[in-house]
Amino acid sequence: MNVSLLHEVGFLILFPILVAILLLFTGKSDRVRAAIVGVASVAIIAVSVALLFGDSPKAISTEEIGPHRAELASQTMFWIEMALGVVVLFISIRAKKFLVTALMTAQAGLMIWFEHANAGKLEAKNAFFVDNFSVIMALIIGIIGCLICVYAVGYMKDFHHHFRQEVKDRRPFFFFILFAFLGAMFGIVFANNLLWMYFFWEVTTLASFVLIGYKGDKESVNNAYRALLYNLLGGLAFALAIVVLFNKTHSVEMSELLKAGLLAPVVLISFAGMTKSAQLPFSKWLLGAMVAPTPVSALLHSSTMVKAGVFVIVRMAPALCGTKAGTLVALVGGVTFLVTSFIAVSQSNAKKVLAYSTIANLGLIVMCGGIGTPEAVWAAVMLIIFHAVAKGLLFLCVGVVEHKIHSRDIEDMSGLIISMPKLSVMMQIGMAGMFLAPFGMLISKWAAMKALIDSNALLVVFVVFGSAVTLLFWVKWMGKLLQITKPDAANLEGGISAGEWTALGSLAVLTIGACLFFPLLSSQLVDPYVQSVCKGVTMDLGAGNIIIMLIMLGLVALFPLSFLHYGRRVRVVDSYLGGANAGCSTRFTGSAGATHDMALKNYYLESWFGESRLLMPGALACALLISLMLALTIIAR
Amino acid sequence: MNETTVKLIALGLYLVLGPVLGCLLGGIDRKISARMQSRIGPPILQPWYDFRKLLLKENLVVRRSQNFYVFFYLLFMVFTGGLFFMGGDLLLVVFSLTLASIFMVLGAYKASSPYSFLGAERELLQIMAYEPMLLLVIVGLYMITGSFSVTDILAFDCTADTAKIHAPVILQGAGLFLGLIYILTIKLRKSPFDLSSSHHAHQELVRGLTTEFSGRAMAAIELAHWYETVLVLGLVYLFLGSCWWLAVPVVLLVFFLELVADNTCSRVKWQMAVKSSWIMAVIFGVGNVLVLQYWKPILQMFGK
Repeated sequence: MNVSLLHEVGFLILFPILVAILLLFTGKSDRVRAAIVGVASVAIIAVSVALLFGDSPKAISTEEIGPHRAELASQTMFWIEMALGVVVLFISIRAKKFLVTALMTAQAGLMIWFEHANAGKLEAKNAFFVDNFSVIMALIIGIIGCLICVYAVGYMKDFHHHFRQEVKDRRPFFFFILFAFLGAMFGIVFANNLLWMYFFWEVTTLASFVLIGYKGDKESVNNAYRALLYNLLGGLAFALAIVVLFNKTHSVEMSELLKAGLLAPVVLISFAGMTKSAQLPFSKWLLGAMVAPTPVSALLHSSTMVKAGVFVIVRMAPALCGTKAGTLVALVGGVTFLVTSFIAVSQSNAKKVLAYSTIANLGLIVMCGGIGTPEAVWAAVMLIIFHAVAKGLLFLCVGVVEHKIHSRDIEDMSGLIISMPKLSVMMQIGMAGMFLAPFGMLISKWAAMKALIDSNALLVVFVVFGSAVTLLFWVKWMGKLLQITKPDAANLEGGISAGEWTALGSLAVLTIGACLFFPLLSSQLVDPYVQSVCKGVTMDLGAGNIIIMLIMLGLVALFPLSFLHYGRRVRVVDSYLGGANAGCSTRFTGSAGATHDMALKNYYLESWFGESRLLMPGALACALLISLMLALTIIAR
Repeated sequence: MNETTVKLIALGLYLVLGPVLGCLLGGIDRKISARMQSRIGPPILQPWYDFRKLLLKENLVVRRSQNFYVFFYLLFMVFTGGLFFMGGDLLLVVFSLTLASIFMVLGAYKASSPYSFLGAERELLQIMAYEPMLLLVIVGLYMITGSFSVTDILAFDCTADTAKIHAPVILQGAGLFLGLIYILTIKLRKSPFDLSSSHHAHQELVRGLTTEFSGRAMAAIELAHWYETVLVLGLVYLFLGSCWWLAVPVVLLVFFLELVADNTCSRVKWQMAVKSSWIMAVIFGVGNVLVLQYWKPILQMFGK
């Protein structure tokens, strides 16, 4: 059977949308929904994996799609965009969010004028472009995205059981948006026609808006509008970039933009990328987005949608490399990485820690993108991969834990190793994957450091201080899970659905597998990509060092084996608690003869790393850097 | 002898002599400290006697899995040192060192006693305090020598190529050297930065991190510390690697200075430990990196 690349790309964009529409009509039946989501996920994952065996890089010309069909697609996108625009205008006015109204009007006005004034000329020679970077992104969206959707089926059932009074059950709509979003994400990574990419970009913005507001309470709705506002700002920049590019080159193609290396559109698109990936000063929307059900946080706000932001920035990397604008982009990323890593220390809300850490890691990627050297691009792509896997896993774990212990506070996760052993092991894997040698994020951070030293050593300072702090907030969380304050806690792992276990288990295996196969990943996918877009040598960590990393991984993998020795040749005694122990290691008789439970509380260093102390200065610094970047670009014209 | 053989010999020597040296240094430490406090002090081999005795003691635990973490702490500490003395990549050495330390911290968390918990939290703060400076040292050494590998850095000053004459590492990286000495106090668990675990009995928290470990686990912790001592002193040696007759006395002097600090300073709060280490990292670490980035030509002139 001869399946062309076009078919695969078309399938990945359109099939999720079809599934989405189908899911809209599933009604209340969980079984039907689970079946559809399961089958669709298998199909999507299979096709994304099949991309690996196709030839890339390869452009798909409009010719191949058929000019009529391409025209029809453009028209459909335009009208859907306008229809969505009208809806947003309507509801934003009704909700009295006039800034949103204004931005939406500006954007729609600009696009209508642009498409009208240049009607017939806005043709792209190549509608799609598939290279290794888009394949990597497609794998992330396909595999991790689908796993999260599978997880969501079980999760949302519990969610609505939990909130049966407060939240209206709109699950068909929820899954409709989830799958439509997947289609749009595939669109973003494959599109070469910037008008199409812009359409998909806006669809993800709106999907995020709808899903953040899913609960329907005041907080959710407000946060949803904030997310919409910031992302529309980015969307406007994106639209402007297209207009500027067309005026200069009479083309609306990504490939032309990169070939011409025009700074103004590159900077505008980088700006759009920064809003989407929640860099300071725009980071507030991502924090607010944490009110959404956890699969949404995992899918949109850590593994895929926010990655679209860094995806476009890394795409722009060759054009940013060595420019002042590029340095400023890198600085924004650096400041974001530093400040948000700091703030993560002060948070005890698990989802907020994950959110801040997400922003921080996106900052690191933005930093690499702004530098734009081959080494930096290599590091950026690796960061995208490893972060998506590990962070997706962590979000899903926290989601389950929250349903079981009815809290997302890290302090309440004490002794999870007793009450939810399997889950807490997966969480440990995810966290180790985020910062510890020899796991993925550390390999990428290592590469990022090398890349930064070679281009501008001062940028390393951000990484050096940020990483030191990263270690603190992860390890104290890991410690929380391990320590035992209630030795006889009941096992809470019953009632977690098979779908949820599948997603969790697969992601845990992927977190480790990605490290194991990272040399292959690098040589087969990332290296060829870097060499095709950048001149110069790509990252070389040294063959010997990679072997050492793998040896370390092997040693760490031995750790579970030590449990064969569990309880042997040791005598268990009570620990000293500062009073007379009351029968066990966790209760003691204190003053006045009262019996107390032992409690252990982590440090949060609020007075140093508090949100209220650091967020504002960080945001101001980044706002300044971004203004400077835009100003420089305007002057340069 | 080819390169691999040399590396393997270095590894073997480290594995065998590392703990011997660490143990002797520990004994000398106790002797000198005692003399500074007008005591006679234990025999030089006291750490070894302690170690042997620990091995014979019963294994008491609070939580059955706590000792597994200690074993991996030791394993990775030895691994880290091996990597260093085989001439490996310095960044990798630091990452591996961090991994080792994290295992120890997790073991202390696992033990779940208030004292070991406090020790674990403080140990994390200490790691956070020293890590920026440690990484900046490596960044700086890379900027000076163009390599992360210990072998290359050692060979740097001895380059016979007169066309590429340059100031020696210790001059170009003087700030880094000072910064490293400062954070060495944390790594060697000396006052004023012995917050998480200390050998001074008068502290408010004496053996925080290791409170709940005994017997063989405690012996493993001691052994790991010997390996660690040799490793961090090896980092100091790196700055003068080209002439061992200068490097060895300097390393011993640095070690002695740490003892002086240990016996003259009282423990500070963690705030002070983190703040001062970071300030040192900014002034001496970032400062030196800045100089290397922008004034390298001047430094090179200085070398001529």
